[in-house]
Amino acid sequence: MTLQTDYIGKPTNRVDGPAKVTGGAKYAAEYNVPNMLYGYVVSSPIAKGKITKIDAAPVLALAGVQQVFSHENVPHYAFFDRSYQDEIAPGGSPFRPLYDAEIKFSLQPVALVVADTFELARYAASVLYIEYEEVAHETKLSQHIDDAYEPGTGKTGYQPPKSRGNFGKGWKEGVAHVEAQFSHHAQHHNPMENFATTVEWLGDKYLNIYDKTQGAFNSQLLVTKIFGLSKEQARVVSKYTGGGFGSGLRPQYQLLLAVMASLELERSVRVSLTREQMFSFGHRPETMQHVALAAAADGSLTGINHFAVAETSQFEDFTENVVGWSGMLYDCKNVALGYRLAKLDVYTPLDMRAPGAASGSIALEIAMDEMAYAAGLDPLEFRIRNYSDRDQAQDLPYSSKALRKCYHEGAAKFGWEKRTAEPGSMRDGNLLVGWGMGGGVWDATTKPATVRASLDADGHLTVSSGTNEIGTGTYTIMTQIAAESMGLPIEAVTFVLGDTELPESPLQGGSWTAASVGNSVVEACAALGEKLLKQAQKMDSLAFKDVKIEDVQFANGQMRLRSDSTKAMVLRDVVQASGEGKIEAQNAKEKSKLAALKPPKYSMHAHNAVFVEVKVDPDLMTVHVTRVVNAVAAGRILNPKTARSQVLGSVVWGLGMALMEESVMDHRFGRYMNHSLAEYHVPVNADIHDIDVIFVNEEDDKVNPLGIKGIGEVGMLGVAGAVANAIYHATGKRVRDMPITVDKLL
Amino acid sequence: MNSFTFTQAAAVDAAVREKASHDGAAYIGGGTNLVDLMKENVARPTHLIGLKKLGLDTIENTPDGGLRLGALATNADTAYHPEVISRYPLLNQAILAGASPQLRNMATDAGNLMQRTRCYYFYDLATPCNKREPGTGCSAIGGYNRVCGILGTSDSCIATHPSDMCVALAALDTIVRVSGPNGERTIKFEDFHRLPGNHPERDNTLEPGELITGLDLPKKGFSENFSYLKLRDRSSYAFALVSVAAALELDGNTIKDARLALGGVAHKPWRDQAAEAMLVGQPATADTFRRVAAKVLENAKGYGENTFKIELAKRAIVRALKQATEMKEAVDTNAFLNSNP
Repeated sequence: MTLQTDYIGKPTNRVDGPAKVTGGAKYAAEYNVPNMLYGYVVSSPIAKGKITKIDAAPVLALAGVQQVFSHENVPHYAFFDRSYQDEIAPGGSPFRPLYDAEIKFSLQPVALVVADTFELARYAASVLYIEYEEVAHETKLSQHIDDAYEPGTGKTGYQPPKSRGNFGKGWKEGVAHVEAQFSHHAQHHNPMENFATTVEWLGDKYLNIYDKTQGAFNSQLLVTKIFGLSKEQARVVSKYTGGGFGSGLRPQYQLLLAVMASLELERSVRVSLTREQMFSFGHRPETMQHVALAAAADGSLTGINHFAVAETSQFEDFTENVVGWSGMLYDCKNVALGYRLAKLDVYTPLDMRAPGAASGSIALEIAMDEMAYAAGLDPLEFRIRNYSDRDQAQDLPYSSKALRKCYHEGAAKFGWEKRTAEPGSMRDGNLLVGWGMGGGVWDATTKPATVRASLDADGHLTVSSGTNEIGTGTYTIMTQIAAESMGLPIEAVTFVLGDTELPESPLQGGSWTAASVGNSVVEACAALGEKLLKQAQKMDSLAFKDVKIEDVQFANGQMRLRSDSTKAMVLRDVVQASGEGKIEAQNAKEKSKLAALKPPKYSMHAHNAVFVEVKVDPDLMTVHVTRVVNAVAAGRILNPKTARSQVLGSVVWGLGMALMEESVMDHRFGRYMNHSLAEYHVPVNADIHDIDVIFVNEEDDKVNPLGIKGIGEVGMLGVAGAVANAIYHATGKRVRDMPITVDKLL
Repeated sequence: MNSFTFTQAAAVDAAVREKASHDGAAYIGGGTNLVDLMKENVARPTHLIGLKKLGLDTIENTPDGGLRLGALATNADTAYHPEVISRYPLLNQAILAGASPQLRNMATDAGNLMQRTRCYYFYDLATPCNKREPGTGCSAIGGYNRVCGILGTSDSCIATHPSDMCVALAALDTIVRVSGPNGERTIKFEDFHRLPGNHPERDNTLEPGELITGLDLPKKGFSENFSYLKLRDRSSYAFALVSVAAALELDGNTIKDARLALGGVAHKPWRDQAAEAMLVGQPATADTFRRVAAKVLENAKGYGENTFKIELAKRAIVRALKQATEMKEAVDTNAFLNSNP
């Protein structure tokens, strides 16, 4: 698709920036509706067992406490599992908060205390007497490798890994071999904004629900199914989300508790979770992985074997694509892949930034580094020799793949050619210097989305869709695309999102929002253009009589003939002449739905290559990541400014995963112990030094009309592996258990 | 958090009397630790006595050539005080290695002494903890004890004192001035914090109702040769795995006087005077430092997850003493890449 480039592809400031820095942007717990009650969640201290007694009377006697909800008094709104399954619920039986006496995981919500003030609810919750009967729990993944099983395909987006060729034969053909075990602990998303829901009771079971979510429609779906409400009764609003990273893809239990309390008490209710309670739901699952690689004398891979076991809960099979990427990132005929789940007494894991790929790529990219050494090749040269020109996993050509450019441009910017291979051979004064690399691949997905475009009589364009803004720049890029499409100045365009009363849009996740909603914005604007033309043709302008939409262009607030730009009408005048106050149009979701059903002709993916420099104190073994170059091939970059921010954030996530981030469980209690931002370590500014982001040129007219691939996740891939490889290059120590804390290097 | 009443004390005597007359009362300075503990229901004071109107926030020279830090001077004002920067740079470095600028702007110097351990189990009411609830047991022993102590621990508790500032104050021979129901007294810094023994619920030797009014630094500040080295899991806003305050007085390459204290390893800032004595008269060489480091950790005990601290502490001592001798490198290794603390 050929585009004018007034806005698309230009670095553009966030249109929601002023609202965010002035406090004008409202988050779920900031809607102060009148006459509101506050719910505070009581969390289970045990990991498994049941509640044997709740003595609510003393708490109910406190003036201002309205109700104590627990399994003892919450009605069973719905019976079947399917009522509790949200849009991306994995196979199984979803957790039902306050449904019965059973405790399935530590920090499980066991009661909701509702009071006139937050402070009172919090205090009352702290003195609510509850007795438990504890039974033995199982939380150690390493003890359940043997009973791990192959999961079904219950979860949307999960593809069971496909093996090909004969790995055993490939292993024998190889002259160089690498085989190793890899592991990492669970991680929690920990967005800055804690989960919260404010439910405004409008009377007669009509609710305005302000929810922290990555998908207002998903929250609405679950609420209507469980509570038997109509969509009109359960309007969900989510204008801003203070960080998602996947944590908001499934509605969290505070939504259900707030809605339940509101319906029961016929009042407005807010329920906010504490930081500790942010460790009570989905997380990136712990995995244990095994990788074996074999290569021929020329460095070509003759066999790849990648096997992973991941944790899930006792009640749902959370699946993610951990090992599948290892069958497509490099060229190899013989690939054996395996993925299993082990059930533990924890909450169901949840997609977390680059789910599966982030975990799997650590193992693959470290193993690739080990193999480069075993084969006597430079790690970059080794990857280039095994470059995959066709997706062997799906047996399809790539719609586009500029990974080679990532390798070359990234290496050039980093100065990779100056690397000396020997571990410990590079120094900066007393410090050991290590250079490592890695990379990855992520799906370029486009989902059906609906968008409405409405031009008013002042010439202002409002484009709307019920998608979410999780900080990635959705408001901004959609405004850019709409301004570009209708030939309007960016100031004359407003993009509205985060409301179930708007046209339906998919969950904000999977790096698909830019492509899904962005292309739909173009379609909606095209539909609006046709309506404007029809209206123009009703007016006494001979110029547009018998003109087809293809003959018209939109620029400078006008509709013009392509053949003669002096033949033009001001859009504002067209709307005014209609007498309607506005002219609006919506794209057809059905069309894009049908397109999505067709078997793919191409493998559509984004790629990246990451180069990392670490400096390590040779005595204290403290590690600092001093430089990162991340070269990304992700199709058309709509806004290099917000895109760069996303990739910077991805790199920071990768550094955290490599060096410090982990949810540490005490298995005696079955409980994550570092449940605060002081002790759950993510990088601080002082840990972050030079990060260079390169978007290599990648034109793709097959992936979708705008050629967008999405960048939310791909930027994180390969980063943690590259850090581990750089540490090996600096120190000669190969650490395969993330995070690489100082104790593992001493 | 429970409900509580609040009084803003107007004078030290009044504050002390107020405390004596309320069961369950607590003093509150900057509140940077106490308020957190209240939110987590670890501390449940029924009455808070505000200290911010007491004054006691000045930093002044003392007649004997030392420096008096008012109990309520903020950590930030103390770190950046010209007399501290020029005469007690070890203290400046230690304070700036701790917390974050926002916290240091609120936190008081006395409050820094009074802050409680960050042991995970102390903060989580779902787990037993002798320090929080005497007699319930120590969950850190046999549990996730990466942050816990290796020196002076007991079967009751292996928690550490989390402060950086106090490690420097211990090394510098600070005197703690307190007021209480029985009048004023002074406590040597070394005697202020306790080892856990059988009473880990008691962090220090303050008598009931006693209030810290100031900290007296002696004249000798070791401003020529010093180092505060803090090793942690990230470069800021993390407690020390191991920290070392080292201060030397050198005559050529011979050590005339030495101070050595460790943080992150014990229930109190761990000053080792025997090690200091070993340093005196010796050449300031790596060999000397290694012998001393071995001596300091001679009786260290690891508990599994934190056993690495023994080796890390040895290496940190050697490095800190080397830095103090040479005064070449940036003092905090975490800052070795950029000079901003």
